[in-house]
Amino acid sequence: MSNYAVIKGASYILAAAPDMVLHNGTTQTTEMVVNPDSEYLKELPKHLRSFDDVLSYIPNQVYIGNMTNKELAATEFPWYDKKAAEPKRYGKYGEIMPQDEFLGLMQICDVFDLVKLEPAFAKSVKEKLTAHGMLTQAQLDILDKNNEGIEEIEKLVNEEHAEALYHDFKLVGAVKRAHDVDVNLSAHVMLENLVTKASSVLAMLHLLKVTGIDPASVDYVVDCCEEACGDMNQRGGGNFAKAAAEVVGLSGATGSDVRGFCAGPSHAILDAASLVKAGTFKNVIVTAGGCTAKLGMNGKDHVKKGLPILEDCIGGFAVLISENDGVNPVIRTDIVGRHTVGTGSSPQAVIGSLVTDPLDAAGLKLTEIDKFAPELQNPDITKPAGAGDVPEANYKMIAALGVKRGDIERTQIADFVAQHGLTGWAPTQGHIPSGVPYMGPCRDDILNGDVKRAMIIGKGSLFLGRMTNLFDGVSFVVEANSGKQEEASAVSEDKIKSLIGEAMRDFAKSLME
Amino acid sequence: MDLENQRRVKEFTEQYGAENIVVLLGAAEGEAAGLAAETVTLGDPTFAGPLAGVSLKLAVYHICEPEVKAEIDPAVYDEQISMMEMVLDVDDICNEMNAIREQL
Repeated sequence: MSNYAVIKGASYILAAAPDMVLHNGTTQTTEMVVNPDSEYLKELPKHLRSFDDVLSYIPNQVYIGNMTNKELAATEFPWYDKKAAEPKRYGKYGEIMPQDEFLGLMQICDVFDLVKLEPAFAKSVKEKLTAHGMLTQAQLDILDKNNEGIEEIEKLVNEEHAEALYHDFKLVGAVKRAHDVDVNLSAHVMLENLVTKASSVLAMLHLLKVTGIDPASVDYVVDCCEEACGDMNQRGGGNFAKAAAEVVGLSGATGSDVRGFCAGPSHAILDAASLVKAGTFKNVIVTAGGCTAKLGMNGKDHVKKGLPILEDCIGGFAVLISENDGVNPVIRTDIVGRHTVGTGSSPQAVIGSLVTDPLDAAGLKLTEIDKFAPELQNPDITKPAGAGDVPEANYKMIAALGVKRGDIERTQIADFVAQHGLTGWAPTQGHIPSGVPYMGPCRDDILNGDVKRAMIIGKGSLFLGRMTNLFDGVSFVVEANSGKQEEASAVSEDKIKSLIGEAMRDFAKSLME
Repeated sequence: MDLENQRRVKEFTEQYGAENIVVLLGAAEGEAAGLAAETVTLGDPTFAGPLAGVSLKLAVYHICEPEVKAEIDPAVYDEQISMMEMVLDVDDICNEMNAIREQL
């Protein structure tokens, strides 16, 4: 029995960002450049949801752990016109933070005096964040440092290339540029990076609460979002992980950033689990904040079809990977699927490399994986945009491969999808939906005995960076802890074999002499 | 069809001649396949890309159509495509593709 790393807990957060949809989502910012008088831009504000509507949206309640995937699956589709019976801001995995508080958190996460908030707005936000109860007094006091009024903020936006911050359609602050000419430190990039940092911070704060871990005992943080921080001499220099760890108060941790587009989180979890299994670190957090660019990404289709803008939240998550405690589900770092350079790009080759190849190597049948967690995009968002039901398409592909291998009959495809699949609930924030939204529920399902073994599958479209046309992905199996732990001081089997071998050689040598 | 792909299709057609180009689609459903087929034959129906108002009338097929399947080594087809053939609504895709070709 190898000493696998375990999933100690997971947190999931959303931050409502309706004004950022209008001003920072790339679908909208592109439209403002290409077609500033478009019908879409005129119609869009009418389709933004109130915070109450964001809270009562069932997939959001599932994401933060107030409702289960089963409850979502039992809800008649579509979901945008349904409401959760008991919507709550806080759930067992995290929370849905209102936009004004999130803007305050962004300022608290800013250590270069780039975020300016209108003083009265900052004061009201401070009251709310004080009631929130997860930030230190010193952090809350940062919100008192806002001396510039709305005229000065307007001047920053109009004359100094600052990015405006809005709430309820009103200007309430700005993010200043961090350099006069460096495009990588422009106000636009600084805003994106501060949003990512703040959402990762919020996720980690909830992770500390969910797991009860002493912050000082976290050794390492891996950030796996899709943003890049650095200046013009090192565009992706990093390190979001350490920057966020500082705000969260992880005084004993360092960290680094792992990137892989949507597959980033799966790569990062594998890295973390391997570092823990190797004994390098005892407690590693994998985290990612969200992305302003993807807000309202499918807005044109949603508006055209009379739907609300469903991509109106910044997403974030954090997972704690720790040394084996004999209780929590283990990450089987020896059952790992990899889409390699030589794998090829046909869906069949992709699913084979990520799902069936690692199971074959481990002698497992498809049906021995109780739940598969590939990309878990919310179909309420993707279907009206013509992208179909992404998780369901993945399950059908896995099932079809199962038919080809003889694991299941062709007539059993629909049953397989229903039994081994999950209904998608994740916001379409790129890296956020990719397998990891199930890490928290998976831990619960395994601890409850509902699931014995699950597979997390991350996939990424590398062509977006124009460096390669290759596809990418990694997968791994999570399973119930057998409770057995290898004694740290025990002599390994290999060592015993080598000792016996040595003794035999010595014995043989003595006979020869 | 995204704008970059439209540009590439247009450039290949200018370089090699429309009669020497076959566009092979892998879209996951009929409507998307039909839209892509329309783009490379009649022109971009969304009027957003380089093929807006450009009627290339290229030969276009979906990888799961019988005409294409017949051209491919069965072992390769089995290894690369058969899984998706089981997943996709091939009849719907074929109908959409035929409907576009009939307009040429």
